[in-house]
Amino acid sequence: MSPRVTFPNKFLPYLLVAPQLAITLVFFYWPASQAIYQSTLREDPFGLDSAFVGLDNFRRVLSDPNYLNSIQVTVIFSVATAVLAMAVAMFLAVMADKVIRGKGFYRTLMIWPYAVAPAIAGMLWLFMFNPSMGTFAYMLRSAGIYWDPLLNGPQAMLLVIVAAAWKQISYNFLFFVAGLQAIPKTLVEAAAIDGAGETKRFWTIIFPLLAPTTFFLLVINTTYAFFDTFGIIHAVTGGGPGKATETLVYKVYNDGFVNLILGESAAQSVILMVIVIALTAVQFRYVEKKVHYG
Amino acid sequence: MATVELKGVRKVYGGSVEAVKGVDISIADKAMCVLVGPSGCGKSTLLRMIAGLESITHGTIDIDGRVVNEVGPAERDIAMVFQNYALYPHMKVYDNMAYGLRNRGMKKDEIDARVKRAAETLELSALLDRRPRELSGGQRQRVAMGRAIVRNPKVFLFDEPLSNLDAKLRGQMRVEIKNLQRSLEVTSVYVTHDQLEAMTLADQLVVMNGGLVEQVGKPLDIYEKPASTFVASFIGAPPMNLLGGNGGKTGAPLTVADLSDLGVSVPPGTTTLGIRPEDIEQGDYAGEGLKTQLTVEAVEPVGAESFLHGKAGTHRLVVRVPGRSIAEPGAVLPIFAPRAKLHFFDANGKRVEG
Repeated sequence: MSPRVTFPNKFLPYLLVAPQLAITLVFFYWPASQAIYQSTLREDPFGLDSAFVGLDNFRRVLSDPNYLNSIQVTVIFSVATAVLAMAVAMFLAVMADKVIRGKGFYRTLMIWPYAVAPAIAGMLWLFMFNPSMGTFAYMLRSAGIYWDPLLNGPQAMLLVIVAAAWKQISYNFLFFVAGLQAIPKTLVEAAAIDGAGETKRFWTIIFPLLAPTTFFLLVINTTYAFFDTFGIIHAVTGGGPGKATETLVYKVYNDGFVNLILGESAAQSVILMVIVIALTAVQFRYVEKKVHYG
Repeated sequence: MATVELKGVRKVYGGSVEAVKGVDISIADKAMCVLVGPSGCGKSTLLRMIAGLESITHGTIDIDGRVVNEVGPAERDIAMVFQNYALYPHMKVYDNMAYGLRNRGMKKDEIDARVKRAAETLELSALLDRRPRELSGGQRQRVAMGRAIVRNPKVFLFDEPLSNLDAKLRGQMRVEIKNLQRSLEVTSVYVTHDQLEAMTLADQLVVMNGGLVEQVGKPLDIYEKPASTFVASFIGAPPMNLLGGNGGKTGAPLTVADLSDLGVSVPPGTTTLGIRPEDIEQGDYAGEGLKTQLTVEAVEPVGAESFLHGKAGTHRLVVRVPGRSIAEPGAVLPIFAPRAKLHFFDANGKRVEG
């Protein structure tokens, strides 16, 4: 152990972390504790009174078939979005790494979609694939595909997944490009001399060495798919058709702010919080073990 | 096991920058050829072209009688040791060495036998389960060597393999590389900027400068008869004293005044006179040669020898004396060098016999 630098001032360290702590307290711990408190209450229909009901809200939520459907939707949506966003971004980054002329220009263009707000991204895709006026919807129909995400659940799901992944690709791309640049060129050359073809080099050298980046992005993308895609779903499908794209976070919003079932909505957000914490813990506990940090 | 022939090899980057300007080298079977030169002389580029990591703009490279210009690095049957070792950080030492064999679809027991044998040769047997980051610099260097020898290639390529090691380890590894290359009898090309490494390792020494070969030959032949002022100043430490006309600047013809300072006659056309520091002796000399007075300005004792820096007339000189020097700065010593030990160069820096 190298000797640690110590400062005699006992007060200064707390002062330095205070702003960060304050933000976390006000924007996370306070609302989270409010949600937990709210999840044990039930409001009367006019919102004039509330009664303590213990864990009854959780019991109702977990036995609601709509909620179980929402869990299934979320799993499909999140896994598909994260996998698609990461796979496409990695592919593009590996390809961009081979570009020699106009590298900077190419990369800049690749990063632009990240600057688009989720709701706008959703609207873009909605317009492009709108069955009555969308350009791509028209092309799909001329290709003989019956395209109607407004009525067809799986198609609606596909549309939100692609829209959500599209927006995240830029972000992932940026990290993968940086990750690729950190891999010494001589390693790839050594592998080439060692008789590994391009595909083999990717899977045996580049992919394992990108693992720290991939792992980081897995955590980020899962969280993104769980929470930040609300805007896209809201703009594109509104959770429909028939709850086919109603993810957990969308259902929290729908039950709480549209249907005003505050207690159950709060119970749902508490469950959601537990799920995400558990997921992140699992990722760090098990997946990270397989990650090799240079 | 193989010869390497380079014929008119040139490398042009982006249509204008010429890194290698026409190189012809012929490397004999089982020989250790060392390419030496200052940074930017094109030696690494040349090595990478032999490896197949850089394309060849003009000329041909021939390994074991086969032109390999269009052959990929994997099919050239070469192994390369990189300056930064280029070990796969996520693989154990064993897998680092086995990787190239697995890619070639070799059987498991054969791979195992070869890796174990190489590990034994390089004293790596105890480290096979470690990862590169758990090894010292010298051990990493050995693993990089191991990765090259398990493949049993036709040619070894070394790209400044010792420059990341400390001085003591470098000397030790230098001897090991030499012994290994001797015992395996594999034709090798070794790139370095260190003239000591170049001198000690080479069977065939190639001195490069500015993308061109300055001189090819046995190390001691080059040392004794440098073909140009560049080679004379690059090979040998401290470098050869180069005395020119016009108050010590090389390039201008040596005048009567310069030569009367030095007490020597030179062949016609000579503009630069070269003397190795160890060829200068103290005292009076009756024979033909350089005879002058050295005014000592500084003394550098190195232990086994000392170097006197000083001036003879207008010329700066370094003189090596064995053991300790009794001379103090300010002393004036009579010095001489026999004519046979002098080197003469013309206005283009080329050697003139005489």
